[in-house]
Amino acid sequence: MTKENYEFIQGNIACAKGAAYAGCSFFGGYPITPSTEIAEFMAEWLPKNGGKFIQMEDEIASIGSIIGASLTGSKSMTSTSGPGFSLMQELIGYGCIAEVPIVVVNIMRGGPSTGLPTSPAQSDLLQAKWGTHGDHPTIALVPNSVEEMFTETVRAFNLAEYFRTPVIVLGDEIIGHMRERIRIPDPGEIEIINRTVPNSDGLCPLPYASDGYKPACLPNFGKSRFHVTGLNHDDSGFPTMDPEIVARENERIIRKVYTQRNLVDKFEAIHCEDAKILMLAVGSAARAAEESALELRKKGVKAGLFRPITLWPFPKEEFAKYALNADFIVVPEMNLGQLKTVAERFTKRNKIIPVNLVNGEPLGPETIISAISHLNI
Amino acid sequence: MFDYSKYLRNEKLPHIWCPGCGHGIVMKSLLRAIDKTGWSKDEIVLVSGIGCASRLPGYVDCNTLHTAHGRALAFATGIKLAKPKMHVIVVSGDGDALAIGGNHFIHACRRNIDITLIVFNNGIYGMTGGQYSPTTADGDKTATSPYGNVEPHFDVVDLATGAGATFVARGTSYHVPQLDTYIHKGLMHKGFSVIDVTEACYTTHGRKNKKKYGSNLDMLKYQKDNAISIEKAGGMSEEELAGKIVTGVFCDKEKLEFTDKYQKIIDSVSGGAK
Repeated sequence: MTKENYEFIQGNIACAKGAAYAGCSFFGGYPITPSTEIAEFMAEWLPKNGGKFIQMEDEIASIGSIIGASLTGSKSMTSTSGPGFSLMQELIGYGCIAEVPIVVVNIMRGGPSTGLPTSPAQSDLLQAKWGTHGDHPTIALVPNSVEEMFTETVRAFNLAEYFRTPVIVLGDEIIGHMRERIRIPDPGEIEIINRTVPNSDGLCPLPYASDGYKPACLPNFGKSRFHVTGLNHDDSGFPTMDPEIVARENERIIRKVYTQRNLVDKFEAIHCEDAKILMLAVGSAARAAEESALELRKKGVKAGLFRPITLWPFPKEEFAKYALNADFIVVPEMNLGQLKTVAERFTKRNKIIPVNLVNGEPLGPETIISAISHLNI
Repeated sequence: MFDYSKYLRNEKLPHIWCPGCGHGIVMKSLLRAIDKTGWSKDEIVLVSGIGCASRLPGYVDCNTLHTAHGRALAFATGIKLAKPKMHVIVVSGDGDALAIGGNHFIHACRRNIDITLIVFNNGIYGMTGGQYSPTTADGDKTATSPYGNVEPHFDVVDLATGAGATFVARGTSYHVPQLDTYIHKGLMHKGFSVIDVTEACYTTHGRKNKKKYGSNLDMLKYQKDNAISIEKAGGMSEEELAGKIVTGVFCDKEKLEFTDKYQKIIDSVSGGAK
């Protein structure tokens, strides 16, 4: 048995190492705090392993380059933060409609605009879902530890390849720059999923043909001649304005993700079964929420934490189940109520207690416990 | 006679371009130039952004990618770097390449990545109905310059050369054999090549400036009457060159190409991995 590989690294490096583990062979990016360490690692690691790194002229070019690279068969990613994530939105939609697998990592910081470049925030939870125009599928994963920065990046690649769609990893400045000791999995320990490509010996006349649920099955550029466009298209990939086909395909790209929730959903439920105070939190805020729950339990308060690891699509059934028994839903988050709007959809509004922090400081358990201590329980 | 059908997705025709448009002329020129390279259609990726010219890849039987407005060069850069053995050609209108895509244009020139860019330069946003672009002539009336265009225009050749492109040529949609040569040279050139093609859009541009441009035939004839070779232009004053279209190969130099340079890094640090 080989020696197990433990490393003491920051979240951004764990993310880059997760990408390497997943088989990423192309990275296009643009420097931006607090995500830059990911690009720096890839710039060094990729050419050593036969891969390609390029620093593009802006974030729009970065995501454009990785979509192009992905179409040649390379597993591709970019990383950025708030302002860069805003710039990438149009082409995230392109990836959705053209069904091109890519991974976009957003290490969230304070906003809007330039905001607080070096400070943590959870400012883009809803932008990740609704940032690009038009209806589209969204898969967004929110790690809350250095280890999860590794494993969730691997999962992001797997989901992108399986569903042929952009997958977003939402880190934040705390998770990205925090250092923890993690075990790097051995090769083969985590399953790696590669996109299905059609038999590429001959032409592929209908690369977008589907049974109405499956992703498209595009060949890679170079072996088969086909057409890719951001216009609404038919099974052949060519533009169409046929209302029936447009509606069918617009629905299919969403349905392919939302009908296979068992492959996407991931959450952690800590002391949720009997929780009267149910917290809903993600990322670094969820670390504080977990500690709060454990502290409150010691004092006899039935507190629990529901933590979506896959934030989008939201694990609504599971959350609603626990929310039903809870007296209060406490939503700690480093923004002014983005996750709260999600909680509002699945529970009674008068039960919801927001705990918000947008001053650039980390949200600590004392803030959450203090908010809960004022409740009439 | 040249058999275009072997390079076309014939079932996708007729094309969307208006009578009097030069895009079809340039497309045929491109197909003849491609034929002369002897490349297999499987090795070619034709990339475009958004606009009338950007519909071209849909008609051509190779790997084709119709991207977002202005971004063709960004996608093309990813394709070329990820798979350098592919021959990557970008077709783009003047608004697409120089306004919304201007940043990608200068940086593709600077990188000297082995991509051929053909600018279908008709000085107007045709698809959206004739708004002024970065190459619209001074004083022209357009949908968004109803009192005449007050913005100076880019010289694509100067811009490309200044930004570092290693092959830069200008032709017109009238001088077709010359255009075939320029496009072929651009395709064969190792490095970033730009072919600026002076064209006309009668439907959305000429009709609003009839006094200046006349009919669609007159617009084509204008290219015939006013094109002047770079050699001849060398001895002429700025006043004499006003309104002229200077054609020729303006820049053709050898310089290490981007993906080759990157491959050298891979070879030196990877210890044999590929």
